[in-house]
Amino acid sequence: MLKKGIFKKPQNTLEGNTKLNKTHDISIPNELCVLCPSCKKTLFSGTLGEGKYVCPNCGYYFRMNARQRIASLTDTGSFVELNKDMTSKNVLSFPEYEKKLEIAELESAEKEAVITGTALIGTYRCALFVMEPYFMMGSMGTVVGEKITRLFEFATENGLPVVGVTVSGGARMQEGILSLMQMAKVSAAVKRHSDARNLYITLLTNPTMGGVTASFAMQGDIIISEPEALVGFAGPRVIEQTIRQKLPEGFQKAEFLQKTGFIDDIVERKRQKEYLTRVLLLHSKERTE
Amino acid sequence: MTAYEKVKAARANDRASAVDFIHSIFTDFIEMHGDRRFADDKAVVAGIALLYDMPVTVIGIEKGKTTKDRIDRNFGSAHPEGYRKALLQMKKAEKFGRPVICFIDTAGAYCGIGAEERGQGEAIAECLYEMSTLKTPIISILIGEGGSGGALALAVADEVWMLENAVYSVISPEGCASILWKDPTRVEQAAECLKLTVTDLYKFKVIEKALSEAKGKEALYRGIKEKLFHSLKEKKNADITELLEKRYAKFRKIGSN
Repeated sequence: MLKKGIFKKPQNTLEGNTKLNKTHDISIPNELCVLCPSCKKTLFSGTLGEGKYVCPNCGYYFRMNARQRIASLTDTGSFVELNKDMTSKNVLSFPEYEKKLEIAELESAEKEAVITGTALIGTYRCALFVMEPYFMMGSMGTVVGEKITRLFEFATENGLPVVGVTVSGGARMQEGILSLMQMAKVSAAVKRHSDARNLYITLLTNPTMGGVTASFAMQGDIIISEPEALVGFAGPRVIEQTIRQKLPEGFQKAEFLQKTGFIDDIVERKRQKEYLTRVLLLHSKERTE
Repeated sequence: MTAYEKVKAARANDRASAVDFIHSIFTDFIEMHGDRRFADDKAVVAGIALLYDMPVTVIGIEKGKTTKDRIDRNFGSAHPEGYRKALLQMKKAEKFGRPVICFIDTAGAYCGIGAEERGQGEAIAECLYEMSTLKTPIISILIGEGGSGGALALAVADEVWMLENAVYSVISPEGCASILWKDPTRVEQAAECLKLTVTDLYKFKVIEKALSEAKGKEALYRGIKEKLFHSLKEKKNADITELLEKRYAKFRKIGSN
């Protein structure tokens, strides 16, 4: 099935011709072959996963869904999902929200925009949340807030580190003020987890914006990002409209965040699991006690 | 009033702003300007003052009065240094056992190059994170516009109060209409759908108290002064662990079913 947006023209320079992380809406698992949007080479989709969904020819980062992320970061078969059946309700009676939720469920094959659970990463047990880009662009409503809060509470009770993979357009407008309040709710749970001296690592992926950046994405003890991921508070289009000028090249990219001092490192996909394992090892409780 | 009329009332030029509340309710206000990191953000006014005989920390987001004043204050849209100034003063409040009172009136945190370079998201995230366990009572009052994360950054409080004609929303009706429906003319419908009025927010338990504006500004200031004094006195005497437990539960409950 062809999805809308596949032939979308870049709306500004930031969405334009960069090598990595373009956000074409291609669903890899459903198609035998995919065309790399960057180098235009035809790739066999069956082997993309082994290469962490990076184009073997030009290094382009295909968008990964949450299940692909989990498979790529955790020890095989170790992931146990928590609160997997929670679904959103249209509490505000917002027009067309139910329809959007239905479409999101079809497009992502997930019930909500975050998956939470426990897993082993390089044999280290941790609590894990991974946001789902194909479910309303990972937007945060009450279910996303609740699932992440419950995960932090579970991790605090069990003395587990939390690893979080973010990808989000921000708060979910259709849930109005209730989605805004999730920023405060999750932040309070992160703080309690931290006060109990537990480790929290965030991995920022393209894009992480708005209310997610302004809360739990930026609250990690260690914050790492994928190369060229767009990370910011306000979206580039909103900023351009506000200041009425073009934004500089590379603005709000991971490299920009590293330069301005807001992230600890940029870690390529193929090194992410190894990186997390090393950090978990250095923080493991058996070691410090 | 319709929801959009409330939005317009909340934005009205002759509406009392944060400094009006600060100067009418408190005495001996001493302003603290710097964030000790980058600059003095005039969109945020912070300092120490007396509420009757009780020393308190007061923080407000100020849109400004005259055109020049408004430009100086960036029309009440704070940069990261504004939020860092607020947090610095809150930490001092915790140290010296002073309750914190925040007056919120902002279209939102500023969207600009400098704001992003200096970590607008991180600055707001830090406020939410630290306020959730700040060991002193906090009361936040929405006096005009409560614009998204930029307003919430000063509203992780034990109690959130709201004026009758204030609004509080995840996004402006204009933003919602143009992003979601690609149709800026549907602002009135967006205002309605976002459920941003005092009645809606009370129903959703986002706010604890609605404050009537019917009797004019002077009556409003007097009423708030009384209510603040009684509420803060009670909270100051309460066990801090219990207070923090209640603060956690207040936000924990929202959207938990």
